[in-house]
Amino acid sequence: MANIDITKEGLTTDHGHGDHGHGHDDHHDDHHGDKYQSSFITRYFFSLDHKTIAKQFLFTGMFWAVIGAAMSLIFRYQLGYPEADMAWLKPLLGKWIIVNNGMGSLDPQFYYALVTMHGTILVFFVLTAGLSGTFSNLLIPLQVGGRAMASPLMNMMSYWFFFLAGAIMFFSIFISTGPFSGGWVAYPPLSALPQASSGSGVGMTLWTVSLVFFVVSVLLGGVNYITTVLNMRTKGMSMWRMPLTIWAFFVTAIIGLLSFPVLVSALLLMMFDRGLGTSFYLSEIFIGGQALDHVGGSPILFQHLFWFLGHPEVYIIILPAMGIVSEVLSVHARKPIFGYKAMVFSILAIAVLSFVVWAHHMFMSGINPFIANIFVIFTLIIAVPSAVKVFNWIATLYGGNIRFTSAMMFAIGFVSLFISGGLTGIFLGNSAIDIQLHDTYFVVAHFHIVMGVAAFFGMFAGIYHWFPKMFGRFMNETLGKIHFWGTMVGAYAVFWPMHYLGMAGVPRRYYRFDTFSFSSNPGFDTMNEFITIAAVVVFALQILFIINFTYSALKGKIVTSLNPWGATTLEWTTPTMIPGHGNWPGAIPTVERWAYDYGKDGKDFITQITPLEEGEQDGGGH
Amino acid sequence: MAAEEAVHGAHSEHSQGDAWSGGKVPFKASYGKLMMWYFLLSDAFTFAAFLIAYGALRFSMPTWPLPDVVFSTFPGGIHHAPLIFVTVMTFILIVSSVTMVRAVQEGHRENQKGVVFWMLLTVVGGLTFLGCQAWEWNTLINGEYMSVTRNTFGSHAEGGVYLDDEHGHAYKTGTEGEKFEAGDTYLLHAYHADGGHGDGHGDDHGDDHGAAHSDDKAHAHKPHTIEDRPGKEGAVEFISRRFTTESGASSHQTFGPYQFGALFFCITGFHGFHVFSGVAFLLIILLNVASGIYAERKNGYEMVEKIGLYWHFVDLVWVFVFLVFYLL
Repeated sequence: MANIDITKEGLTTDHGHGDHGHGHDDHHDDHHGDKYQSSFITRYFFSLDHKTIAKQFLFTGMFWAVIGAAMSLIFRYQLGYPEADMAWLKPLLGKWIIVNNGMGSLDPQFYYALVTMHGTILVFFVLTAGLSGTFSNLLIPLQVGGRAMASPLMNMMSYWFFFLAGAIMFFSIFISTGPFSGGWVAYPPLSALPQASSGSGVGMTLWTVSLVFFVVSVLLGGVNYITTVLNMRTKGMSMWRMPLTIWAFFVTAIIGLLSFPVLVSALLLMMFDRGLGTSFYLSEIFIGGQALDHVGGSPILFQHLFWFLGHPEVYIIILPAMGIVSEVLSVHARKPIFGYKAMVFSILAIAVLSFVVWAHHMFMSGINPFIANIFVIFTLIIAVPSAVKVFNWIATLYGGNIRFTSAMMFAIGFVSLFISGGLTGIFLGNSAIDIQLHDTYFVVAHFHIVMGVAAFFGMFAGIYHWFPKMFGRFMNETLGKIHFWGTMVGAYAVFWPMHYLGMAGVPRRYYRFDTFSFSSNPGFDTMNEFITIAAVVVFALQILFIINFTYSALKGKIVTSLNPWGATTLEWTTPTMIPGHGNWPGAIPTVERWAYDYGKDGKDFITQITPLEEGEQDGGGH
Repeated sequence: MAAEEAVHGAHSEHSQGDAWSGGKVPFKASYGKLMMWYFLLSDAFTFAAFLIAYGALRFSMPTWPLPDVVFSTFPGGIHHAPLIFVTVMTFILIVSSVTMVRAVQEGHRENQKGVVFWMLLTVVGGLTFLGCQAWEWNTLINGEYMSVTRNTFGSHAEGGVYLDDEHGHAYKTGTEGEKFEAGDTYLLHAYHADGGHGDGHGDDHGDDHGAAHSDDKAHAHKPHTIEDRPGKEGAVEFISRRFTTESGASSHQTFGPYQFGALFFCITGFHGFHVFSGVAFLLIILLNVASGIYAERKNGYEMVEKIGLYWHFVDLVWVFVFLVFYLL
């Protein structure tokens, strides 16, 4: 325990004594009883190393992304070809394919289950855990100059609670009554009455338990990210010198910490309604002509509690992507990020506003129109910091010496998608226009573009960019570009037509449209068919990405330089490409300048550890 | 590439001694203490959500029981002691916060015995609070027949006068019935099939009780009862008194807003769970203190401080729970 780094003396004092039973030596160079390296299990499964945990989050997120996307293909198939024979899917879906006179059709019950699972999986498991879990873990200690997370043990628990949540959700897919089928927002009464539909029984119970574990995971991770950013920054890494990735992860963790607990409360009351017969969310209700005992509850109460999490949740998804995109754009345009401070303040503004706009999801629930007006105003104000970010990204690109790497292309694609999706958000944020658009395909198109596909693009940009840091190899650029162009065009092909469906009033979540007249708009059938074909193509391209990912991780081109992208941030200053335990075997580097010195004084880039010259002004906030 | 590979040592000129400049802990709080603060912040949101749900449901109801009536029992068969018992409970919890403060103080003084002593008192305080809560719940559930789905404490929307006495018998002609005012809480007396009344209530009605009881046996006529909700303790029936209101409407007492019991048990239960976990953690840390492992640590008794933060938080939450259930 004697040889503590001089540069980390201040931090070791408060870090040295593990409160959680892990020893003192998380960041010592000597490996006395080193729990990081001791056995196969502790190295690859119950690892305390943030880089390994990041990979665990990434792989689990990718697994769930494939499952969630495959589900969407099945229900897209139903929507595109409602008359088609689905009997060939029987080996996969079993009893959920109803065969009648030799014609197989998808059980409507299971259609709803698929839609519900698709939403839950993608929102929580892929774009929350898979995105911020992966990159917060990988980058926070590396970019702030820390040897590890504040509490590696809690970090490990965060992953395993996520794993447990996923395992329970996965299990629920296979039970005989099917998984929960009342939509990912789980509105009562479908969620609060176990007898309401077949998925509302055991399926909903498992869904609830899974999400409670998921929240535990988010909270364990969140307090860790926040304290690591606050307490573990290396010398010289002031808040205003942090890369925007770190700002984004930091604020994301704060939002999650304040919004997810409300979901737990909401779900606990839900469990009471389901199990103990209380009436928090259930009012006078008849099922099959039978009046139930429930009296006086309020389903709107659940909507309020849910969306108090639900709306910040979309920022929990998009902010890490924004942080990654800011970083990738700046590195690959060889220009400092435009308006660094404005970027930070817009992140903070978005975070604050994200807590006061939740009722814009409830304009049609019968809330007071005056209250709706207030929420319209706050919602539209969010456009301001969002636009600041967009303009800054474009200004960063302007006149840049752009390198069109796969990472860069996905980052630019993100900006495009964020603009397209953001503009439709202005329509939906308006309570009067929402009367027509609420719960139509317009909404589906809006949020898929702005927080679904866009967040995926941020994630892809991050994976292509930091792949060398994770695996010591490059991803294949040719496949990467095919992946980008196919996904870019494909995603618009899937979601652009949905705007027209939505404006015409086609409601979302419908199994088929027998009773909804397409006769006046005969093009809609072919539009649905077209969307389905585009979705299959986009899915195939993601498989290509996974092949590229796997192949490159094992056999890709080996990175020979320690700083392949010529980036300024600390993660590229480690003496080995894949940092070992403790990240820097010697002293932790001291930070001397902000993170975006590209093209300054005729130099291509100046790393953060290069001291300022005599009389030189630091960039950014200094 | 040499420049960025070189690891720079201690260049300290840029440091302006500012707590946020990196390499320092900005709030002078270790990461463990910070984590506790952030956890408490998030837990505050959990409770806030519960209390907001409480407010939303309560204010959507036309009536709500009066806490003075609901929480008026005290151990030893006392039935007219509004809020006395909960005052004692609250006092015990607050005092346990004071003993916790002392334990933390002794920790700063590195006085192991002092820490053990004051933490022990805190544990006793916590356990006493939990015991009180258990007694209160038991009284409400088994004495007043309140449950998460049944609230025997309805309240009147309008003032008026009763037509039946406490036992469901019509007042004799010429007798003036009991009066009540809007907002008054009533109690649905339990009635057992064997003819006896609910154990908790008979005694508090003094003189007329014996007489009425003998009346009961003498008269064959059944009191006005309302059925219990199906499937739940079918043996218990409730006496529902008829009354007329000032506006002349005739009605009878029915089960009150169901959310009252549900919210009470859910929220005080969730708080009690926090106290219970707090006691468990206190005990673990107490054992660690006693074994002397903190004495060797560089940060000393910081764990005592952290559990202290949690304990004060649980106290603070109780103040709000107390406010909404017992005072408003």
